[in-house]
Amino acid sequence: MTFDDPVLLARLQFAFTIIFHIIFPSFTIGLSAYIATLGVLWLRRGEPRYHRLMRFWTKIFAVSFAMGVVSGIVLSYQFGTNWSRFSVTAGNVVAPLVGYEVLTAFFLEATFLGILLFGFNRVPPWLYVLSAAVIAAGTAMSAFWILSANSWMQTPAGHEVRNGIAYPVDWIAVIFNPSFPYRFAHMVNAAYLTTGFVVLAVGARYLVAGRFVEEARTMVKMAIALLAILAPLQLLIGDQHGLNTLKHQPVKVAAMEAHWDGSKPGDFHIFAWPDEKGERNRYEISIPHGASLILTHKPDGLFPGLTSVPPSDRPPVTIVFFAFRTMLYIGFFMIAAALFGALLWWRRRLFDTRWYLQIMAQCWWIGFIAVIAGWVVTESGRQPWLVHGILRTADATSPVPAASIAGTLALFVIVYGIIFSAGIYYINRLIAAGPRPAVEAPEEPFSVNPLTGARNAGRDALHSS
Amino acid sequence: MEWYLPVIWSALLGAAVVMYVILDGFDLGLGILFPTARNEAERDQILASIAPFWNGNETWLVLGGGGLWVAFPNAYAVIMPALYIPVLVMLLGLIFRGVAFEFRSVSRSKIWWNRAFVGGSVAAAFAQGMILGGLVQGIKVENGAFAGGAFDWATPFAALCGLSLVAGYALLGATWIIMKTEGEIARRAREQVTPILLVVLAFMAIVSLWTPLAHSRIAERWFSLPNFFFLWPVPFVTALLAFGVWKWSKARDALPFLGSIGLFLLGYLGLVISNYPFLVPPSMTVWDTAAVPASQIFMLIGTLFLLPMILGYFGLVYWLFRGKVREGETYH
Repeated sequence: MTFDDPVLLARLQFAFTIIFHIIFPSFTIGLSAYIATLGVLWLRRGEPRYHRLMRFWTKIFAVSFAMGVVSGIVLSYQFGTNWSRFSVTAGNVVAPLVGYEVLTAFFLEATFLGILLFGFNRVPPWLYVLSAAVIAAGTAMSAFWILSANSWMQTPAGHEVRNGIAYPVDWIAVIFNPSFPYRFAHMVNAAYLTTGFVVLAVGARYLVAGRFVEEARTMVKMAIALLAILAPLQLLIGDQHGLNTLKHQPVKVAAMEAHWDGSKPGDFHIFAWPDEKGERNRYEISIPHGASLILTHKPDGLFPGLTSVPPSDRPPVTIVFFAFRTMLYIGFFMIAAALFGALLWWRRRLFDTRWYLQIMAQCWWIGFIAVIAGWVVTESGRQPWLVHGILRTADATSPVPAASIAGTLALFVIVYGIIFSAGIYYINRLIAAGPRPAVEAPEEPFSVNPLTGARNAGRDALHSS
Repeated sequence: MEWYLPVIWSALLGAAVVMYVILDGFDLGLGILFPTARNEAERDQILASIAPFWNGNETWLVLGGGGLWVAFPNAYAVIMPALYIPVLVMLLGLIFRGVAFEFRSVSRSKIWWNRAFVGGSVAAAFAQGMILGGLVQGIKVENGAFAGGAFDWATPFAALCGLSLVAGYALLGATWIIMKTEGEIARRAREQVTPILLVVLAFMAIVSLWTPLAHSRIAERWFSLPNFFFLWPVPFVTALLAFGVWKWSKARDALPFLGSIGLFLLGYLGLVISNYPFLVPPSMTVWDTAAVPASQIFMLIGTLFLLPMILGYFGLVYWLFRGKVREGETYH
């Protein structure tokens, strides 16, 4: 493999654009649900802090969602530009799932976002809050379809292959293919965890600085209540997902655990450096029989090793192994952080334990890294297949010269670099400005943009900060 | 079934493309005309006129790309590699202009995001025109796969189509401003309509003459009898409507925009007449490239329920944000 290899370049380009994209859905799936929750609390309790928080997070949502939309459009075209043979081979089965995503989710989100962002004084409060709920439902629906499509590529079902092309036979079996329920639950939960840690970090940051204390306490409490349930739940879902993968994609699990020899029980490697040529690990620090215990629930249980298939059928072990460890360790940290926070809350020490808040204020990014690492595990772990057992990645590319792919890859790196830096910078500025009390809107119910006053005030506040 | 499913899907996909071209057309048109705004207040007013809509408008592009893959996977797999560079340039352009909305509103210095909005809009519009031109001039296909070079699309004809679309979108943008805003920028947009309209008509005329001269199948479609008797009203109605847009642009509010949409529909009709049933001229028809009936039916059932709903809430948002944006109103 060299850098004039179109397959490698197409993979690099796709990996780059999809990793960039997944950052935003991981955040907006959870954030839209949080905004909707704040809206419902505001309607039911009438407390202005909920409304201030809702407006505050909606601004951040708008910036994140815009980046998610524009980077998502790219993907819907890249299936064709980079993977045209995949689009023919799997198109009859996978494309309708993506089509349903557009029809059930994208339009819903994009349209109701207009109401959420600009409808505040134009529509009754219930419709305004309903828009947030509809967007949250839309993002979850979007995850449903795209996870279904991706899961079908991992564990194809409900189809038949004729002349190398997959044809649908049973749509229910296609949509609810064997790995789909686990992956859908795992991803949606991951998205909520990601958002939870961002909300916790922002609240903790304000508490440490002594700013917006009322709103910050609300955020920290809401986040910890959610995380203390979802973080341990993710361990359970992940365990079930792992068992499902062992059943359908045993080589992927072997790579995740860097388990070479299937005739012996697997150790859990806390650290190791997989040596793919020598088919063994270096520098192992292991818990004996740990992997067997996790995967077979028996200390001497056996599961297939990497050497059960020839090297050409193995995924890149080092990448899969380390990505899995990254996800797992972040997951354990999340559980510890959430449960410790809950303990502090129970002991009424949550807002006094400054060191805990200081650490949490720095942890806004951990969910994103865990999500990316998890996707790297599952996508790299599927290699060398693009559709497991049906189509190899090397056979799926488009008839496009390497130079075109390399050139556009360079453009993507530059453009996304600019967009991402600017986006992070602006979101950080919005957070620094904080949830400001809304200024009374002018008394003109049918003015096109009655929030102008409020927005200008917000911007002034932003610029003076 | 094997015959009429691809016909239904080509009609649905055609409708999605029309929706996109019109809706994102005026969006992109505003970006193309953005440099003629004199100050930040005017630029704010222009953006406020599409702020609640642009995201939904752009979604039709995803439906266009996704729908092509769903209904005609073999066409999708040929067109995307063949038009690789213009497609990716379009996407990059859309990225810049899309984030420019949000970033501009939270940025201290607006100048770079103003430039990104203009540059992204012009690049996306021009690239879309090139894609259209690249498709109409024909794609080299062997054994059902793209068999041409990376720059096959780069012809004077495709560049002409690119410029045509930039001009056409500018017309939609100018007439949208007339309809949706008040004050100085609306007055200026009325002045802009005449020159833009002349340029658009000139491009339409050149493309209409070029395509039958370059492709005998298109000449035969239009000029053979009895087709000619049915088809001559197309250019005639176009000329009539163009006169109407020009006249309405002096004093009417909504009619110039509706008339410009009509011009787009007529131009689109002309393209369909020239090329149907080819989806990838000159070799692949809608039937050659269709997905299997099981896939087309599965998607069709959902579409019949979901599309009316989408149009319903799409209409709701346009209705909620009806009326004109006044001077001094901003995006955020």
